[in-house]
Amino acid sequence: MKNTSLIGKLISHREWLLAGIIALMLVGVGSTAPFFISPGNLAEVFDDTAILIMLACAQMLVILTRCIDLSVASNIAFTGMCVALINVAYPDTPALVTLIMSIGIGGVLGAFNGILVWLVGIPSIVVTLGTMSIYRGFVFLLSGGEWVNAHEMTPQFLALPRATFLDLTVLSWIAIAVTIIMLVFTRFTKTGLSIFAVGGNPKAAVYSGLNVGKYQFITFCISGAVAGMCGYLWVSRYAVAYVEVAVAFELQVVAACVIGGISIAGGIGTIWGAALGAIFLGLINNALPVIGISPFWQLAISGLVIVLAVIINSRSEKRGGRRILREAHR
Amino acid sequence: MTEEVLKHPMTKDLPDDLNNGLRRKLMRWETLLMFFVAIAFFTNTQISPYFLDPWSLSDATFNFTEKAIIALPMALLIIARDIDLSVASTIALASVAMGFANTMGAGPIELAVIGMAVGTIAGFINGWIITKFDIPAIVVTIGTMSLYRGIAYIVLGDDVYRSYPSDFAFFGQGYVWGVLSFEFVLFLVLAVGFGILLHKTTFGRRVYAIGNNPTAALFSGINVKRHRLFLFTLVGLFAGLAAVLLTSRIGSTRPSIATGWELEVITMVVLGGVNILGGAGSIFGVFIAVFLMGLVTFGMGLMNVPGIVMSIFTGLLLILVIGTPIIWRRIWAARKMHSNSRN
Repeated sequence: MKNTSLIGKLISHREWLLAGIIALMLVGVGSTAPFFISPGNLAEVFDDTAILIMLACAQMLVILTRCIDLSVASNIAFTGMCVALINVAYPDTPALVTLIMSIGIGGVLGAFNGILVWLVGIPSIVVTLGTMSIYRGFVFLLSGGEWVNAHEMTPQFLALPRATFLDLTVLSWIAIAVTIIMLVFTRFTKTGLSIFAVGGNPKAAVYSGLNVGKYQFITFCISGAVAGMCGYLWVSRYAVAYVEVAVAFELQVVAACVIGGISIAGGIGTIWGAALGAIFLGLINNALPVIGISPFWQLAISGLVIVLAVIINSRSEKRGGRRILREAHR
Repeated sequence: MTEEVLKHPMTKDLPDDLNNGLRRKLMRWETLLMFFVAIAFFTNTQISPYFLDPWSLSDATFNFTEKAIIALPMALLIIARDIDLSVASTIALASVAMGFANTMGAGPIELAVIGMAVGTIAGFINGWIITKFDIPAIVVTIGTMSLYRGIAYIVLGDDVYRSYPSDFAFFGQGYVWGVLSFEFVLFLVLAVGFGILLHKTTFGRRVYAIGNNPTAALFSGINVKRHRLFLFTLVGLFAGLAAVLLTSRIGSTRPSIATGWELEVITMVVLGGVNILGGAGSIFGVFIAVFLMGLVTFGMGLMNVPGIVMSIFTGLLLILVIGTPIIWRRIWAARKMHSNSRN
């Protein structure tokens, strides 16, 4: 399909459109509050959005295979609580080991989702709605409802995401690294490309020898591992672990993907889109208080943005299948 | 929802099977549920000697009646291959609207009408977006889930609406006859109504048709979009009704009201034997599942199990209930194939 009009071109290049909107927002907010677009503040906003960016990139892979992972926020809470308790019990654990452990724990939770989707064949929405409350409940069993506070955590546990390198925090650098790895993974590896094939047309994928369920399993493992890592980074950045950590954050993650143009019907999407979608939401969250809007507006705005984004997506991604009979009704 | 169909193209039941195999299986599912209800009931009598007291039993029904009232239209919606994740947020929105109307001096009946009207509008908006733009219901209702509760937060913030008129308390706290509460009687009447609607009317047959094969339903002359729109609106209306009952029962409104209810409502429906992929299920199954969930959570309450631990149970139940028949069916199919090859 060729779109000759400028707007048509922009809509078909969603990432550029989104980048343009983000730039406009920066100019708009910057004109009322110049300090907001100072490099220092932008770095802070990016640091604040880093976790959302990583989760959105991982969620995108899951959505590409026609699934959805709603358990990521509970995974964050569970893994975060695990590593916090390990840190309390064994204060000598190096931060890097903690980081690797968190990836492992999160990966196991993700693999559990993946097995239920792949081998048992339960729809992913049901599996992850279920594990969303199961993992969250486990946080309570693990902690007995108690908080792990900053003074109980060791300085090295807390230091990792905050350390700065070239004016950006390690947390930001991790997010950049994850984005680049994902970009390479989705563009240049066989597994990455197969994920698109599996989501774009599962039947065709089966006939070309791809195991659809296996790739869904892989994406759930990745999503879980990234969520686990974010669990450690979250708990360490905010210096507290409790049962309600990151409640309802999965909605923001799915929202970031939808805004970034990832088709919920599978097979369509780019890492740039997911990352820009996350940055867009992060920017809104950070800009609202600056321009004097109550943070209570945040939930409604992200909801409205999701709805508008899916409506816009639905128009650009219509893939015309051949219809032999005329439709009976409009 | 298409993922499953594509993954197991052969396991989709043919229409012919519907009357024999599937229907019988459903009957068995409902018998199994009744068996579990009996066990839960017996266990509860062992946990607490006060459980069998009529007033105690009546109190137990309050815990699940509002959710059960949403589960009825939700069952129809899921049978028609759709889903609505925004029902809990719709409750919050409707409740806030009632609280606001109350500050303007609305009477009890007006409050109830406003609550139900707001719910209906919210459901209609869901259905309109989904059918107009042909978008999966999951994404749209995840969006409106944030949007509706978000509006409740914008209006109310961390504030709370209280001091509803004393007459308004009847909806959620009143008794019709002896220990029978208004809520519970309403639920029984609605369950019968929905049973008739789904199982005895043309509309009900169409709901099954749409859920089994929307394209075939369209080509056989059913206005699929209009039926889906109606079902979403219906779910909204009943979410509004649940908001009226809940607000009246607890006598206050916070934006965080009914958080997480969408999961419990969907679990009730699926536990009742409704196929999450659409096309199968019965109101009777949902009706028993409602009592099972109610009895189990009440029993856990008697044992002082915290709510968050109950949510582990709800989540496990959801996965087990859907997973077990799939595994069972696969083992059964494998065995059948094995015996066929021997003959």
